[in-house]
Amino acid sequence: MSLVTKPGTRYRSVVDQTEVIVVKPASGPIDLRCGGHPMVSIGTEAPTGLTLDPAFSAGTPLGKRFADGETGIELLCTKGGAGSLSIGEVILSQKDAKPLPSSD
Amino acid sequence: MHLGMLLEMAADGMADRVALGPLASGLTFAELASRARRLGAALEALPGERVGLIDLNSPAVPLTLFGAAIAGKPFVPINYRLADPQLRAIVARTAPATIIVGEGVVERVGPVDGIEFLSRAEALALAEDPEGKEKDGWGGDAEDIAVLLFTSGTTGEPKAAVLRHSNLTEYIISTVEYAGSAEDEAAIVSVPPYHIAGISAVLSSTYSGRRVVQLEAFDPVAWVRTVREESITHAMVVPTMLGRILDIVESDGLGLPSLRSLSYGGGPMPLPVIERAVGLLPHVGFVNAYGLTETSSTIAVLGPDDHQAAFASDDPAVRARLASVGRPLPTLEVSIRDAAGIEVAVGERGEICVRGGQVSGEYLGRGTTLDSDGWFPTRDEGHLDEAGYLFVHGRLDDVIVRGGENLSPGEIEAVLLEHPGVLEAAVVGIPNKEWGEQVVAAVVTAAGVTEEDLKAHVRSRLRSSRTPDHIQFREELPFNESGKLLRRVLRTELSEAFT
Repeated sequence: MSLVTKPGTRYRSVVDQTEVIVVKPASGPIDLRCGGHPMVSIGTEAPTGLTLDPAFSAGTPLGKRFADGETGIELLCTKGGAGSLSIGEVILSQKDAKPLPSSD
Repeated sequence: MHLGMLLEMAADGMADRVALGPLASGLTFAELASRARRLGAALEALPGERVGLIDLNSPAVPLTLFGAAIAGKPFVPINYRLADPQLRAIVARTAPATIIVGEGVVERVGPVDGIEFLSRAEALALAEDPEGKEKDGWGGDAEDIAVLLFTSGTTGEPKAAVLRHSNLTEYIISTVEYAGSAEDEAAIVSVPPYHIAGISAVLSSTYSGRRVVQLEAFDPVAWVRTVREESITHAMVVPTMLGRILDIVESDGLGLPSLRSLSYGGGPMPLPVIERAVGLLPHVGFVNAYGLTETSSTIAVLGPDDHQAAFASDDPAVRARLASVGRPLPTLEVSIRDAAGIEVAVGERGEICVRGGQVSGEYLGRGTTLDSDGWFPTRDEGHLDEAGYLFVHGRLDDVIVRGGENLSPGEIEAVLLEHPGVLEAAVVGIPNKEWGEQVVAAVVTAAGVTEEDLKAHVRSRLRSSRTPDHIQFREELPFNESGKLLRRVLRTELSEAFT
């Protein structure tokens, strides 16, 4: 299943609490998953009866950003959950925070 | 992304941290969100398409900012320092709206079509009402207008800068690490709510999980006392504030031991002031921030490391960076362009242009000022050095920046010319150590008009910060052959006369 991502679009996991928002879209359609299963747009029906795949259960912490150099996708986690984000079977890496000096 | 989501993330992940007020008795992020949702539900049901605010700082400011977002209505904080006729004109332009007001505002403005007033106390009561319904989610989407801020334009007629949810959230998520503040951090907010820095302070603090302590309005004594009593770690000031704060710290010798980071912006900071600040507060990290209302706040920062490197260096080019605003944020682009719109070489002056998701460059009823490639011309003059440090040289237009406040000479000239004895009038800003710039007028008058007459005349029609600090009486003003005022010539002459 492939998703065409747009900035600001929100997706949720079908097997845990994880929710993400697209910060930078991917260059093309991607197979975005969480906990081993395809994510769905918030507000759409999710398949039921699925369970978290242990191979994709390292967790997605709230407020962290995830990026993939190959597709260009960048996501922000808006609700943390037990599943790991992946494109297909490739787990997305957490983006290092580059803190700027506080200016406000 | 939507402002409602920023608040929800803070409430989800940092529920029990104190968000607002004293550590012992302040509101937690969970309580802030809960009250904002109640106020949001109420504001949704109240009349009007917008939610205004004419008040000093109080918990009603962040609650209304978020409450309006949750209600799906633009938040319009209005300058309470405006003279009554101007305030009334801006209120009329905000209609249809519900406006949350501090004491005395209703009496000053009077009835206006399409405007309902709600007192600060009433708004806070709606937010606190345990019986009140909390609105789920938020109204509208990321491309809706989050905030309208009236700016001082060159023509004198204030423009309403449009900041969409996407502009503000892009700024926040690209510059602030979620929950990145240590639990003991606290920021003092003393800039007024109608200033972009007042908006960005609320949003940055919420997303980073930093407690906010508000001052109703800036007062140097209260500021220093609050920083000490509340163990404030972070603050943002405009240049005029910093000089006054340093006077107190210097005279009582007690320092500001809890302070870790002091950010300054809103106008050029005189070098002697920042040197004095570094000397008096050696443990503090200084941050110079440059930004505009139209860019959702900061677009370039000179951080603590830059300050230290500049102070420690013998290289004139590195030392000069103390007078820069640092480097542009990595998430946006800056280009210096000549009058034809062509990018100039490194080191050359031109108009500062900026592009990025946080950049709005849009005014209500006037549309976008971005070019076809998305660049916003700031009307500020500047240059970039070899290492990418940005230097700002002032407005390309003639707006006077006095104590961080933008004043339009045209507006003051128009008022002077309303005086029956004034034949010609021109207003310029001249450099001033305390205010950044001072307002100076040159006038040609009929016999018998005095400086006090004219100052009183302006003060009665505009607010006091717009009253000329000095007035020069002349036989004539310098015009070119086509009748255009030679503003630069006048500014030079007046600078020599009054500094």
